[in-house]
Amino acid sequence: MTFAIQFLIDVLSLGGAYALMALGLVVVFGILRLVNFAYGELIMVAGYTMFLVSGSGLPWLVMAAVAVVMAILASIATDYVAFRPVRAKSVTAVLITSFAFSTLLQNAALLFISPRPRTVPLPDMFSQVVVIGGVITPMRNLITIAAAVILLGLFALLMRRTVLGIAMRAAATNFTMARMLGVPSNVIISAAFAISGLLAGVVGLLWIGRIGTVVPGIGLGPLLIAFIATVIGGMRSLSGAVIGGFLLAFIDTSLNYTLPQDLLKFRDAFTFSLVILILLWRPEGLIKGPATGQRT
Amino acid sequence: MKHHLLTIAVLGGLIALAVGASEAFGIRLYDRIATHLCISLVLVLGLQVFMGNSGILSFAHIGFMGVGAYTSAVLTIPVQMKGMALPDLYPVMQGIELSPYLAVAAGGLAAALVAAVVSFPLMRLSDAAAVITSFALLVVLYTIMTHWSEVTNGPRTLFGLPKATDLWTAAVVALLALGAALAFKESRTGRLLRASRDDEHAAAAIGANIPLLRWRAFVVAALFAGIGGALWGHFITSFSPKAFYLKETFLILSMLVIGGPATVTGAVIGTFVVTVAYESLRALEGLINEAKLIDQPVIGLTEIVLAMAMIGVLVLRPGGLFATREIGVLVARQMARWETRSWTGKPPTAPSTTPTPKNPKTSG
Repeated sequence: MTFAIQFLIDVLSLGGAYALMALGLVVVFGILRLVNFAYGELIMVAGYTMFLVSGSGLPWLVMAAVAVVMAILASIATDYVAFRPVRAKSVTAVLITSFAFSTLLQNAALLFISPRPRTVPLPDMFSQVVVIGGVITPMRNLITIAAAVILLGLFALLMRRTVLGIAMRAAATNFTMARMLGVPSNVIISAAFAISGLLAGVVGLLWIGRIGTVVPGIGLGPLLIAFIATVIGGMRSLSGAVIGGFLLAFIDTSLNYTLPQDLLKFRDAFTFSLVILILLWRPEGLIKGPATGQRT
Repeated sequence: MKHHLLTIAVLGGLIALAVGASEAFGIRLYDRIATHLCISLVLVLGLQVFMGNSGILSFAHIGFMGVGAYTSAVLTIPVQMKGMALPDLYPVMQGIELSPYLAVAAGGLAAALVAAVVSFPLMRLSDAAAVITSFALLVVLYTIMTHWSEVTNGPRTLFGLPKATDLWTAAVVALLALGAALAFKESRTGRLLRASRDDEHAAAAIGANIPLLRWRAFVVAALFAGIGGALWGHFITSFSPKAFYLKETFLILSMLVIGGPATVTGAVIGTFVVTVAYESLRALEGLINEAKLIDQPVIGLTEIVLAMAMIGVLVLRPGGLFATREIGVLVARQMARWETRSWTGKPPTAPSTTPTPKNPKTSG
């Protein structure tokens, strides 16, 4: 029983974080068919903002809010600098510019801040532990689950009930048609990048909460997770991204518990090979998105 | 065909010029840069074979470079050094010591073999899914290289490779790679593959088996990458898995993208341009650090400039410096223009009678 609770909490907290990461990536991909390699660097931006404002003496929640706002701004800036100029060109061109922009941001952090890890302020809550049904669990796992539930709920509400959400879903289905019916494309795209930045900012805080420090390469891990979760779930479906995130967390946690010690270091290789197998079986991912529309 | 001979002549001349200049100066630093340039040429031409013809971005290329480098390392590290360099090596392999030249070929074959096995199913995917899986493949290869201590010495530096690559071997291999890349481009597979790049549905409709074509190109590309990696290993003589990850991927990709992925000329010129830019920027970084203008060391400047150059090229000239035509075609056209001029005896300012574009150098 205790094992079941332990396993469940592990999967839910890891899956919540993975689902948010994947959602942030897919919300941009759905509309623009654009794989944002610079997505991980938004997490880096949130982390370094925390580091830079840590001396200010503000309450932690205010600092966290500043960090999330910076991630949102960085995300919108990414669109203006790296994607808007090449949006009309080939998929490959967009991929390469986002990869280049990601390298640029990382090296800017190397150059202007430091290659060494920097400590990020964390509230005491993150390091406390609680006992649930006989299982000792770090508080941050529960915070992650709560944050995931709240954000996923809000996101679902936004996509289903508001004009912006409906316009974004229309744009994801058929961008040209949506534009012809009066959906302002630039507003929609900026909104998608802003949501992506918001999710990345929150995930960034939770992710850094596990480690306590930030380095220039911190975004790579979350980026890979988001990639794989979206590919498993279906590149163009929002619910697919969430399911993919939880499924990936389930696979990771199960491998953690079942693999022998000397194979555990190869866990990433196992996970990614599994992903390749899933893609062979279903090249479109588990959940198909809306019918294909043309990219702008 | 004549155009291709011209292309080989021009680009081969360029390589020969680089080698000759380095030999003439006789400075060790230039020798190192020129050898690096030739090895990069092999890698970039390999990436061009796949990416230029199929139009699909592959991140896994550098992973295959690592496969080649480690294969060749295991086969060539002298028997008496193996105990120290690779303490956990399987007993079967402890007695093996091949000549480096054989081992380089073996490295290329090993990379091609790995590519042939793992990539066959992946070639069904297109666009974003193909790119993401190739990225996943790079991570898988990197994870294996970092953790398979028996063969790679884990994340630690592997040392003891005989230094077998000098400027001349690297240059000869680069010339062979140049010829092979052009030959592949004009082969039946290459032509069909480019048809599928330009219109997947039309190419499939005329009977092109696209996954098979892509697979062939991918295997050839991995062969190049493996040979390049093995050459690099015998040049640098000690390395760790970190050398075969995102930083190197970025560098090779920037060479191809700035030059123009669709042409062999683009791959060669891009390698030259980026190598020169990279080395001068690194020298500049070194100068700044030596002068101690700022109290902390400057790192990352080179990558920032290269990334901006890459974005700039993609915005202003999406196809790179040489987008569609090989240099041989451009030279031949220019020569034809001069010939018409001299036959008709018109002054050079008169409008040309042949329907050539105004500025053939930049019309590509």
